[in-house]
Amino acid sequence: MSVDEIKIGGMGASRRRVEDNRFIRGKGKYVDDVVLPGMLHMEILRADVAHARIKSIDTSAAWEVPGVRLVLTGEMMAARNLAWMPTLSYDTQAVLATDKVRFQGQEVAAVIADDPYIAKDACAKIVVEYEALPVIVNPDQAQSPDAPLIRDDKENQPTNKIFDWEIGDKSGTDKAFEEADVISTIDLHYPRSHPSPLEPCGSIADYDRSTGKLTVYMTTQAPHIIRAAVAMVAELPEHQIRIISPDLGGGFGNKVPVYPGYVISILASILTERPVKWIEDKTGNLISTGFGRDVYLQGQMALRKDGKILGMRMHTISDHGAFYADAQPTKFKIGLMHSTFACYDVPAAHLTSTGYYTNKAPGGVAYRCSFRVTEAMFFQERMMHAAANDLGMDQAEFRRVNLVKDDMFPYRTAFGFLTDSGQYDKCMQVGMEAIGYDTFKEEQEEARKRGRLLGLGISTMTEPLGAGNSREYDILGIKMFDSAELRVHMTGKAILRTGAKTQGQGHETTWAQIVAHELGIPADDIVVEEGDTDTAPFGMGTYASRSTPVAGAAVAMAARKVRAKARKIAAHLLEVSEEDIEWELGRFYVRGNHDRGVTIQDCALAAYSNMPDGMEPGLENVSYYDPPNLTWPFAAYFCKVEVDPATGVWDVLKFVAVDDCGVRINPMIVEGQVMGGLTEAYAMANMQYITFDESGNCIGSNYMDYLLPTAWETPGFELHEVVTPCPHHPIGAKGIGECATVAGPAAFVNAVMNAIEHTGVRNVDMPLQPNRVFEALQTGQDVSGMPPVKVE
Amino acid sequence: MTSLYNEVAADPGADTPTRRVSITVNGEQRTVDIEPRLLLAHLLRQGLGLTGTHTGCDTTNCGACTVLFDGRPIKSCTMLAVQADGHDVETVEGMATASELHPVQEGFKECHGLQCGFCTPGMMLASKALLERNPNPTEDDVRWALSGNLCRCTGYQNIVKSVLWAAEKMRAENGEEA
Amino acid sequence: MYPSRFAYEAPTSLAEAIAILDRSGGEAKILAGGQSLVPMLKLRFAAPGTLVDINNIPGLGEHWLDKDGTLHIGALVRHEDLEYSTVIADSHPTLAAAAELVADPIVRTRGTFVGSVCHADPQGDWAATMVASGGQIIAQGPNGRRAIDVREFVLGPFTNALAYNEIAVEAVIPPATGTAKGGYLKLERRVGDFATASVAVNLDMHGDTVHRAGCALAGVGGRTIDANDAINGALKGKTLTPENIEAAADAVAAMAEPRSDHRGSADYKRHIVKTFVSRILSNIAHSEQKAA
Repeated sequence: MSVDEIKIGGMGASRRRVEDNRFIRGKGKYVDDVVLPGMLHMEILRADVAHARIKSIDTSAAWEVPGVRLVLTGEMMAARNLAWMPTLSYDTQAVLATDKVRFQGQEVAAVIADDPYIAKDACAKIVVEYEALPVIVNPDQAQSPDAPLIRDDKENQPTNKIFDWEIGDKSGTDKAFEEADVISTIDLHYPRSHPSPLEPCGSIADYDRSTGKLTVYMTTQAPHIIRAAVAMVAELPEHQIRIISPDLGGGFGNKVPVYPGYVISILASILTERPVKWIEDKTGNLISTGFGRDVYLQGQMALRKDGKILGMRMHTISDHGAFYADAQPTKFKIGLMHSTFACYDVPAAHLTSTGYYTNKAPGGVAYRCSFRVTEAMFFQERMMHAAANDLGMDQAEFRRVNLVKDDMFPYRTAFGFLTDSGQYDKCMQVGMEAIGYDTFKEEQEEARKRGRLLGLGISTMTEPLGAGNSREYDILGIKMFDSAELRVHMTGKAILRTGAKTQGQGHETTWAQIVAHELGIPADDIVVEEGDTDTAPFGMGTYASRSTPVAGAAVAMAARKVRAKARKIAAHLLEVSEEDIEWELGRFYVRGNHDRGVTIQDCALAAYSNMPDGMEPGLENVSYYDPPNLTWPFAAYFCKVEVDPATGVWDVLKFVAVDDCGVRINPMIVEGQVMGGLTEAYAMANMQYITFDESGNCIGSNYMDYLLPTAWETPGFELHEVVTPCPHHPIGAKGIGECATVAGPAAFVNAVMNAIEHTGVRNVDMPLQPNRVFEALQTGQDVSGMPPVKVE
Repeated sequence: MTSLYNEVAADPGADTPTRRVSITVNGEQRTVDIEPRLLLAHLLRQGLGLTGTHTGCDTTNCGACTVLFDGRPIKSCTMLAVQADGHDVETVEGMATASELHPVQEGFKECHGLQCGFCTPGMMLASKALLERNPNPTEDDVRWALSGNLCRCTGYQNIVKSVLWAAEKMRAENGEEA
Repeated sequence: MYPSRFAYEAPTSLAEAIAILDRSGGEAKILAGGQSLVPMLKLRFAAPGTLVDINNIPGLGEHWLDKDGTLHIGALVRHEDLEYSTVIADSHPTLAAAAELVADPIVRTRGTFVGSVCHADPQGDWAATMVASGGQIIAQGPNGRRAIDVREFVLGPFTNALAYNEIAVEAVIPPATGTAKGGYLKLERRVGDFATASVAVNLDMHGDTVHRAGCALAGVGGRTIDANDAINGALKGKTLTPENIEAAADAVAAMAEPRSDHRGSADYKRHIVKTFVSRILSNIAHSEQKAA
């Protein structure tokens, strides 16, 4: 008599998404769709040069434009102590420039007017006089002895170096290299990329002087962190700040940080006492908001002749732009770069990292990534590819020799992470069979005889998803846990709120499925709300694939607390002691008498109408969940390509993705996440990057230059699954959102390299544009990362 | 349009020449006074409150603002609103009737053809235009027809599936009628 | 992105439009498909005093073959009209091949052929096909019509030969005297990308002999590159043997004036030009063989 879990939209159901009902009707509510009475519009004037001292800013002509209400400059912000704000990495960032501009696109002034057309007209009338300074566009230039000092605003910052950081066992690693039969090396650049959700960033600040309340509609993936930040930056009382993150048109990490535009719109609303809307244009989004990657990765691997890895050395040099604004836990200066090689049994490893300021946009956000895991895994799989070739060993065989075996869990990695579950070799087998691995080499040989270049690339990895636990993970000192609050109404319907914030992942659908799984209440009877700090419990938001591992776990725990109370009510209704009550999905019954029972809905009604003596009325609870460990999904990707030797153009012939993300709440949505992630991986491997010329001009400042693939170029993907439940997660789930973006790029690059490495080339850095592949084919030489582009 | 009260700007504002235009939007004639420089996307969104039409880029690349203009898909951020005078515009809000979704809308939900939903209105209208011209498209036909619309979430595979699903449904419906 | 202010005129006849242009004294700009102009207005790269919208002028939306086989394309013929055209596939295969590679499918519903040629973008697809095909632009002004050879029409980047009071009302592309053959190849990193390099080849075949060959390049110079003489010199009076194709490809590639940038080195772009010329000619030779 228990309810059928799939029928009620519980765990494992490919439940169609409830949020789609509004989106397919054009009734989504994104920030720019919100209209408040009396609302003004703000436009930002940005620097057109990358490094220059500001000699003067003349705003008088802008003030003259009819319909202009306010013109703000850095000086005016400084008068209110708002010219600078803290970043997520304990650095500072200019809100509006005062002394100098440090990257092209930096915010210099803002105009608030009756409509955005007028605001733009007035921006064009602001005259800024600059004195040009030498420009630094990469870490090489940044560490040159005669380099100009970018952050002359800071004390104790004599050079452009931001940090030196290291982790691992140096002496153990040195010893491994002494004992090695073969030492393999690789030298990579992971180019600067931008998450570029289709919807740019924006906010509507609405300050009400009569109540002292500040309401801000904002494109943010982490509304509670923003509330805390606004309280600190603007020195407003936290209870008087309400951040509402409505529907988000994608996030991918871009909408985690605090941006100057948010802060300026808040001050503008306070000064004008009217709502002020700021919607960034696409160029503003691409040239000023958080980028991802831009790091040089150097590695050495110590190997035994039989293929066993003995040790790993890695050095990273990262380019953080003008302000160190990485979104990452405090104690890890280069994010979770040290999660590299977590799926392999590596006895000793050592990582050193150096970070630099340059005259480029700040960021280092986790672009569909858990804090630099994308770079870590790309490095890992390009290193594995090179090492297998240096050993003369088959790519799959080399990985299988070194992958952590099923019976080795829990496994402590060389850098100290604890991986806890997986069936790595099984994933390899599933993928190898699907791609036709065993016959490929023959196929490749045959094709080469006819002048065709085929290649097959593999990428396998496990990655740490679901920050915290709170012992290790924090943002600005705030511990990384998450929360859920479940309230069951008397008719058995329910409302669930969490501290996460969906941006397309489908929380409104999947969170209800978890409750359905725990309580047997049909998912359609549960409404899910997120994103309003006045109503949602405190949480750290959605990024780093942490929602299911943390907030999803909190949902299950809150539901279990509700069920525990319902059990007491059931005992009361059935007139037996609680020990005699049994649970099946959706129903309590008396042990030994299955027919005698009450449904969860009966219990809900009784919680408001017939509760036992001494029990608090109502049926609701809240859970703050601090995970004991990260979750460790595994991915094994196989990509087959053909390279056109005459042009360097390459096409994906087949792509097989095997993902083990533990128990799948909604398989349809999981597959959607994987396909979307693989497409971003393909994009980065092939075309999507931002570079700069020697003057610091951004190449990639709009969608004509920053290329996102269309339906036409994007290959089809064949998906497979293996399920190894997470041992510590309440429903056995692991993170999945970013796996494909993290593991994907190396699969594409390894495939292309496999097609052309008979020429002797070892590496072509991303993006693998046709011209770069062609150059490698012609010369047999490596094609290295993007130096500043020289325009003749 | 009549109103009992209509505030007149204190400063009628330099010389902002406006033009009266009449546009049929989702079957309803709308008459507005607008500045010539107003983009059609902005008229639809801010002027007429049809916020299902999104603006995702400034360079006529992303297609989030796609609407049907006399039945053909256009990027409404790249047309002046005055140019729509006397023409027929269909937005996402006009796709469904009160009781029934368009098969393309159903297909997108059924096949998980959307995630964040931002590109979806444009994608669906481009898809509708495709199916009106080609009721029986191949996968390549769909990928080609949608190559002027960007999606960051789905990887397109499920969008293609959604459109093929809708095509099949529409063919079945038309077959029944015939 | 919001355009700055301008006056807007929507004349309903050519005479009226020309009168407005004449009065404007050069500060007016013609709006046809708007797929290049409106983005430039939004980015404020262009700020004309007056926009003259010609979309309400009847009679400009047709394309047709006259009795000589000459193709006429009115000023309001959209890219997709040519993409779906039933008349140009055999008569003007170079244009037919380019039609589906212009911009993206949504832009193609609105952008115009003639407008694209007038825009004179060095990356423009249509200008290249026009140069390769020996096309002309018909300009109409206060003193009537004149025909301008496209090679004298496209003067440089974003500069054409129209007087301020003239409108390009039509493009005219002559027929082949024998059998028309042609092709268009473009290397773009994704749909709608600016071309890394594009090649238009247009052949007038008499039997298996090339009577006249035309070729133009886009994306590999500061303007549309006229490679007509280069290809014609290599192929006129000859058959499409591998040796002749190679010679033609070399001659055309020598005409390219590419710059190195993030899309590729100058050498790479020149190599692509050569490869594409070879591919187009080889495809034609191959299809001839199959037909024979």
